[in-house]
Amino acid sequence: MAIPKTLKEKANKEMGISTEDARITKTYLFVAFMALLIGGLLGLLQGLNRAGLLELPSWLNYYQVLTAHGLLLVVVLTAFFTIGYFYAGLSHTLGGLLPKVRKMAWIGFGLKIVGFVFAVIPILMGNASVMYTFYPPMAASPWFYIGLALIVVGVWMCAFGAFIQVANWRKNNKGKHVPILSFFATGVFILLFFGSLPVAIEVIVMIIPWSFGWVKTINVMVARTLFWAFGHTLVNIWYLTAVSAWYVIVPKIIGGKRWSDLLTRIVIIALVIMNITGGFHHQIIDPGISESVKFMHVFMSLAIGFPSLMTAWAMFAVFERTARKNGGKGIVGWYKKMPWGDVRFLAPFIAMLAFIPAGAGGIVQSTNQLNQVVHNTMWIAGHFHLTLGMSVVMTFFGISYWLVPYVSKRVLTPAINKLGVIQTIIWTVGMVIMSGAMHTVGLLGSPRRTSYTTYGDNATALGWNPYLLLLAVGGTLLIIGVLLQVYAVINMMFFAPKGETEFPIAEEEEGASKTPYWTERWGLWIVIMLIFVGMAYVIPLTEFIVNAPPGSPPFKTW
Amino acid sequence: MHREEKIWLTLSFGMIMIFMFITGYQAFAQGMAPPSNKEIIDPQKVDQQASFDKPGITKIGDKEYEVVMTLQVFSFNPGNIEVPAGSTVHFTLTSKDVVHGFEVAGTNLNAMVPPGHIQKITQKFDKAGTYLVLCNEYCGAGHQMMSTTITVK
Repeated sequence: MAIPKTLKEKANKEMGISTEDARITKTYLFVAFMALLIGGLLGLLQGLNRAGLLELPSWLNYYQVLTAHGLLLVVVLTAFFTIGYFYAGLSHTLGGLLPKVRKMAWIGFGLKIVGFVFAVIPILMGNASVMYTFYPPMAASPWFYIGLALIVVGVWMCAFGAFIQVANWRKNNKGKHVPILSFFATGVFILLFFGSLPVAIEVIVMIIPWSFGWVKTINVMVARTLFWAFGHTLVNIWYLTAVSAWYVIVPKIIGGKRWSDLLTRIVIIALVIMNITGGFHHQIIDPGISESVKFMHVFMSLAIGFPSLMTAWAMFAVFERTARKNGGKGIVGWYKKMPWGDVRFLAPFIAMLAFIPAGAGGIVQSTNQLNQVVHNTMWIAGHFHLTLGMSVVMTFFGISYWLVPYVSKRVLTPAINKLGVIQTIIWTVGMVIMSGAMHTVGLLGSPRRTSYTTYGDNATALGWNPYLLLLAVGGTLLIIGVLLQVYAVINMMFFAPKGETEFPIAEEEEGASKTPYWTERWGLWIVIMLIFVGMAYVIPLTEFIVNAPPGSPPFKTW
Repeated sequence: MHREEKIWLTLSFGMIMIFMFITGYQAFAQGMAPPSNKEIIDPQKVDQQASFDKPGITKIGDKEYEVVMTLQVFSFNPGNIEVPAGSTVHFTLTSKDVVHGFEVAGTNLNAMVPPGHIQKITQKFDKAGTYLVLCNEYCGAGHQMMSTTITVK
């Protein structure tokens, strides 16, 4: 990054974040970690029920709990954390948020909270046990969908705020590269906007009129396809957020430099272009789509693996280089020179390691035949607890140990750092046990999203019980991890000693070649992205619309 | 770019390509493509349409059977199917209400059955035993009870 030019930028560097900007991030993070607390507790209830250890009451049954758990952790925790983190990044690297942008962040916050209340009340009342995926023709209360739509609009508000902020900076800094963290933010918010367009169409155009009874029937497959154009993009956006910390933050924390700036920007552009088309592998065993279209989609899904493999190289190269600079020796002996006792490094490092099996599992389950073996089994739940629950969320945890003190004008104490290290270990063990059990029992055939059952003491189903018990053991460890993490965040936000904390952004290596300016051409990347989306979705959507069966009326089957 | 990095990226790219070739070969040359039938049906009139008006199992050849099955909350019709060992069974499936999943534990039988579409999938049962058939797409309050068996003798 260049030396800050404007006075405001300089002041920002010297004195940290302005109170108004800090309040936005602090509020977003607070909501995120409350969602973790409640979502985590609900997760524990599920785990215990699934193992047959706990019978849930009829007024709070397994499917209500599961719907709320999914929404809280896949949407609320992640969206609020991502927005809070990137808004702090935009403020820090672009010289403070514009007053207009701040206002948009707050409007977005209000819309999301109101939307969330709208969505949660029907869940609690038992009128929306439809899961995070809400496949029609299951129909929840219309208010549930209105709530979801408001959440999406709230997210858009924050996306537009980020675009305005970045555009303003570019206008004042002609010919310069957007600082790398803000470049990541641009990619993430572009994906959040375009990725949530399909689900907005699904919910607003198709489901809401149908659930109110204004329209009699719905096209089930069109709705499902629009959902998955969004559903998988969303989790990949959270992953891209975590990746931003791997490239930009972690090298600084270990005292190293950033890996190639050009490669980093290419990885971001590639992930933005290829992401939305990846969701189709959720429909590999659906009827109504030809085998050749499915094969093309396998290719589009697997293509996303390539930038991740580039990331893997870049990360370990940075680690090795930094460790050797600090006196590390031998082919692998350099690992001793890594700051293992620093939670800000340890948590994201384990998160990266987890992405090796998580990514490999993802490649496996995206291919035609192997998908058929594991589709809708517990394997899938194991997969996204490894990817989201470890790679993404542990990176978020690692970020919290400097971001929360940074926006609270406090410091990370050695005691909280130690707590963080213990939390990281508990979380790792818990997730490895739980996700391992889920993968295994899924291979044996145990379905996901199913409350405790032995299918009438069927021998096959009884054979799954030991793994489900392990799942509950992992889940119990994880709730300890949740409590420690939430305690640490509350402590750093309100009670830790006052002081200045650095926003750690690594510098480029000395003598690095200059990044070409074409990387900044977002208009072009968006056009290419839309061409990819067109290639992927025009054929199946047209077929589902032209060759549509008579539609389905709404059902409430719970 | 460093030489090692180029090697790594070439290997990464090659790995994904090999994966694609194997997947494609198995799907198109060996007939292992995932279930992708393209017929449609009126989901509100399943009972009145040919073959689904009489769900059941029919012998269509030597050790070859056709099962016409409807899925509805929270059951499979017909249930408790019996076939001799070594039989090839062709399943023709549709849903009368919400989206269901058709999975037989211990086999590669796994297909989505959304309403309005007719799904088809085939399996050869070589080993004798009782196979658990279950719905693997959440379909409502009784989803965990939606199961039946296929007995291979």
